[in-house]
Amino acid sequence: MENNKLIALKTKKYSVISLVLLVALFALVLVLEAIVPPTHILFTVLKKGAIYALVAVSMNLLNGFTGLFSLGQAGFMLLGAYTYAIFTIPLAARDQVYQYFNGGAIQFTLPVFVALILAGLVAAFFAYLIGLPVLHLKSDYLAIATLGFAEIIRAIFQWDKLGVITNGSNLLRKYPVFHSTLFYFAVSGICIAVILLLINSTYGRAFKAIRDDEVAAEAMGINLAKHKQLSFTISSFFAGISGALLAMFQTTIQASQFKSAMTYEILLIVVIGGIGSVTGSCLASFLFIACSEWWLRFLDNANLNITPIQILRPGFRKVVFSVVIMLIVLFYQKGIMGEHEFSIAGILKRLKTLRIMWKRYKRMR
Amino acid sequence: MAEHVLEMKNITMQFGGVVAVNDLSLEVNKGEIISLIGPNGAGKTTAFNVITGVYAPTNGAVYFNGKEIVENYPSGKMKKNYAGTNMGAFTKRIEPTPDIITKLGIARTFQNIRLWKSQTVFTNVLIAKHMTRTSNIFTATFRLNYKEERKQREETEELLKILGLDQVKDELCTSLPYGLQRRLEIARALATNPSLLLLDEPAAGMNPQETADLTDFIHRIRDEFHLTVFMIEHHMDLVMDISDRIYVLNFGALIAHGTPEEIQNNPEVISAYLGESED
Repeated sequence: MENNKLIALKTKKYSVISLVLLVALFALVLVLEAIVPPTHILFTVLKKGAIYALVAVSMNLLNGFTGLFSLGQAGFMLLGAYTYAIFTIPLAARDQVYQYFNGGAIQFTLPVFVALILAGLVAAFFAYLIGLPVLHLKSDYLAIATLGFAEIIRAIFQWDKLGVITNGSNLLRKYPVFHSTLFYFAVSGICIAVILLLINSTYGRAFKAIRDDEVAAEAMGINLAKHKQLSFTISSFFAGISGALLAMFQTTIQASQFKSAMTYEILLIVVIGGIGSVTGSCLASFLFIACSEWWLRFLDNANLNITPIQILRPGFRKVVFSVVIMLIVLFYQKGIMGEHEFSIAGILKRLKTLRIMWKRYKRMR
Repeated sequence: MAEHVLEMKNITMQFGGVVAVNDLSLEVNKGEIISLIGPNGAGKTTAFNVITGVYAPTNGAVYFNGKEIVENYPSGKMKKNYAGTNMGAFTKRIEPTPDIITKLGIARTFQNIRLWKSQTVFTNVLIAKHMTRTSNIFTATFRLNYKEERKQREETEELLKILGLDQVKDELCTSLPYGLQRRLEIARALATNPSLLLLDEPAAGMNPQETADLTDFIHRIRDEFHLTVFMIEHHMDLVMDISDRIYVLNFGALIAHGTPEEIQNNPEVISAYLGESED
């Protein structure tokens, strides 16, 4: 009993420390925004990183925690992005945006936050409909079906006949956007917190049971169809929200960018971070975006060549990036975090073992 | 009929051209320990899968506490190929999924252990309590169900204590020795508050000492949780020791049924099953 109390006290202490660290992170972003010029690439990385972290965590909820291998994420992001954009373009700007479609069919606007939530709901609604026939499929078949769905959605949104709503294959623009990095961090942070709460709830445990052994889960009274549907719908809800965030971040969107390549990027983040680790997905997302957008940029700069052979040239960054990813997958087969979460207790444990090893090392000398 | 906890009525299960279970009828009464025995491939596990809703039977019905829970009849292609008997005796189609059967109060264990491998002993049992929840996904996510959650955790602790698993509750379930893993599977089944427990070869892979312990264990949980136990088993010592009545299956068909003494002296059983194993 005493022991249990002690453990409870300790976990309480650690969660307080984690909360403080989280607040410190937000404060850091605030400070950075105040001192670094807003055009700096750092903010691009932070914003996009936060958006991708959210969609990666939502994909992890499905792939890592429920064991459903789905590749429809880009499609749901597209739904979210378009929902947000379509319903928030100011009436005055509609004639300009929908110039080929006489100002479009929708002649009202919604408040930004309502549209943001609606973006998630629309994605979730479509996920629910698609989930009905598709979630009976297993592993690869489910992946193919969802991938096909994402491609179909993209094609439909580019279709001219629906242009009065979707503006066909033209850009959507002039909708309200947020420039503050803090906004992206806040929305993404809240959503990830909700997903974390879900994963640690009784429903999250049921999801994990389905992942570990479907037959046993069903025999223990867990309704497979219902729980898979729940996981799929919720995952898509957050993918939709992250799509809306992406629309804000880019200031213009077009259906053609939501290709399957985008889903693969997200999948890559999930795999690198560790399938079944929320903090892994977040970490990997920022690392991934930083590498692809910032840290490896210099490799594209032909002026930096010192060797007689022109190795550095536009596009070389992607070659190196691929090699880096291959190395990560080779040496960290379960991703950076595996199935573990980044926690204060974990770090302290790590430090303790390091100290013991250091003591042993000193004694040996 | 009311006193039967479980009644299988003319169950036939046909896979393609193979009749795995043929016209199986049996009754299990309240508080009994009943064994289902038979050589490998006799259709014992298939019978369990029909009761628990994993398979819908080709023909026949299952009653639980007098209430019909499963019924089916051949149709479509199967109508033409049906090789069993009692064609036309059943006309309804009741095909519940396993989770519905479990909610009615029938819990089971598996022949090859099926624990949730990434979870601890405690969580394995706690997840089985998920079924009893009254919370929906919103109240659960935002912890508005904390009272229920606390109650579930307390019940789990208590159950583990009764079954002697509280010492290992925080260990990963795969790190347990084999006997304890079996015991954990039973604990997990008990967490769903069943009135009928189906055990699929609970003593498989156990040494004689563990098997002897299991006999006491099954008696104990039967009395403590007011259970009826229906089990498949190959260990004849255990079966003869523990069973109130025994059903014997061979090639999908029921060949004998009675008390352990009757079964031991039944020439048909001896030739089909016990005789062979003694050679």
